[in-house]
Amino acid sequence: MSGEIGDQGARQAWMGLLARARPARLAALLPDLPPHDWLRPPEIGAVMVRGRIGATGAPFNLGEMTVTRCALRLADGRAGHAHVQGRDRDHATRAALVDALMQGPDAARIDAEVLTPLRVEEGARRRMRAEKAAATRVEFFTLVRGEG
Amino acid sequence: MYVATKGGERAIEAAHRWLAEERRGDPDVPELTVAQIREQMTLAVNRVMAEGSLYDRDLAALAIKQSRGDLIEAVFLIRAYRTTLPRFGASNPVATDDMAIARRVSATFKDAPGGQVLGPTFDYTHRLLDFALLADGDPPPADMRPADPAPAPHVLQLLDRDGLMEPLPGGDVPPGDLTREPLAMPADRPVRLQALTRGDEGFVLAMAYSTQRGYGRTHAFVGELRIGTCAVEMEIPELGFAVEIGEIELSECETVNQFTGSRKEPPQFTRGYGLVMGQSERKAIAMSLVDRAMRWEELGEEATGAPAQDAEFVLYHADNIQATGFLEHIKLPHYVDFQSELELIRKLRRAAAEARQEVRDDRA
Repeated sequence: MSGEIGDQGARQAWMGLLARARPARLAALLPDLPPHDWLRPPEIGAVMVRGRIGATGAPFNLGEMTVTRCALRLADGRAGHAHVQGRDRDHATRAALVDALMQGPDAARIDAEVLTPLRVEEGARRRMRAEKAAATRVEFFTLVRGEG
Repeated sequence: MYVATKGGERAIEAAHRWLAEERRGDPDVPELTVAQIREQMTLAVNRVMAEGSLYDRDLAALAIKQSRGDLIEAVFLIRAYRTTLPRFGASNPVATDDMAIARRVSATFKDAPGGQVLGPTFDYTHRLLDFALLADGDPPPADMRPADPAPAPHVLQLLDRDGLMEPLPGGDVPPGDLTREPLAMPADRPVRLQALTRGDEGFVLAMAYSTQRGYGRTHAFVGELRIGTCAVEMEIPELGFAVEIGEIELSECETVNQFTGSRKEPPQFTRGYGLVMGQSERKAIAMSLVDRAMRWEELGEEATGAPAQDAEFVLYHADNIQATGFLEHIKLPHYVDFQSELELIRKLRRAAAEARQEVRDDRA
């Protein structure tokens, strides 16, 4: 994965991965926090989640979810942002730090040490769930009665 | 006139201290942790999230513990908490087409692409108490089978393609929000859906059931019921693009309803829609039935006067926090109100007694 600024798709992907990560796991993968200044210290709030009528029609408000956001700047000036589900300030802080680190010379190391394990573990969790679902898929068969 | 009466503080404090002790129960029994509630009372947690209208499993579990399992009290705690949160914005509408499906069934098409996936369901259990759960012990692991990566499109899209479904107007008009403006009539469909999805499950269920029993019958089939996780994406202004901020579990139900046409619309199938936080399929099905029942006017159907067709009745009574707030307040001190009632009834009785006396005097 590229760590260049401007590679929006890649940045969206890692920000999503960090938002979905389990806070304790992210803390284990990034135990030490590099020095940083707050652009916006971690703040807990809510986001109104919307759905669409009939899945594709007009939008409506489904209800809120808790979200923690923050923005920070590393000593070298790179900025990182985070909006993560839940109320864990450390989760948001680490997500923003990784976002900032991924935009500089440490990108390859951070990708290997933090993002790759998260990606692999999330993939495994999702695959396991999908396989459990697949085991409950109904295989219909037809009983033919009487003579054709 | 308003008269404040003091003197209850000590009693209130003692009552709350006793409440805390009762909440804990027998100290010889290990205390329940919030994580245990979150992981093992999942469907109660889902209900509190849906009706509290805030997706946060830990908070819902905490509220259940604090409320001693009184789920309406737990919903109340969540609703109160959410008012303290700043609103960061609204998400893009969730794409339920891309849901990671745990359960997906259609009562209308046996061979829907993507298949019929039962998921972790109570259906087909015998509803016999399982005494094995009295003992500790882990269940055997769930079965697994290689997953089919083929997409599972919404079943109703198949009917849509043939032109048999009513068209579904899209658009991106920002929907009304009941957390910002109080309910007002007439309520449009987005507002009705918000009220239903956070409405009391028992109330929405009863309203839906009444339509099945003939009070505003809509001949509903479950076109599709799907449960699974969806990504939540939000535009971040300072970044200039959208990012995923998390993922939530949702239950979605789309009904297909027989419709013989009206002066406004040709014969076609019509839709009811339910979408609820968490694995809450009873609520999702009920919501879709009530949604469809309330659409009688736009479809040019006959008004039968059925309760479920009466949007004002349904929407003003679906919220269990408003309902319980008004209901339970009548147990609180009304000494002054009642004093005036007492004086009034005494006056009326005096007047009635005097009138009777006059009648007797006239007869004498």
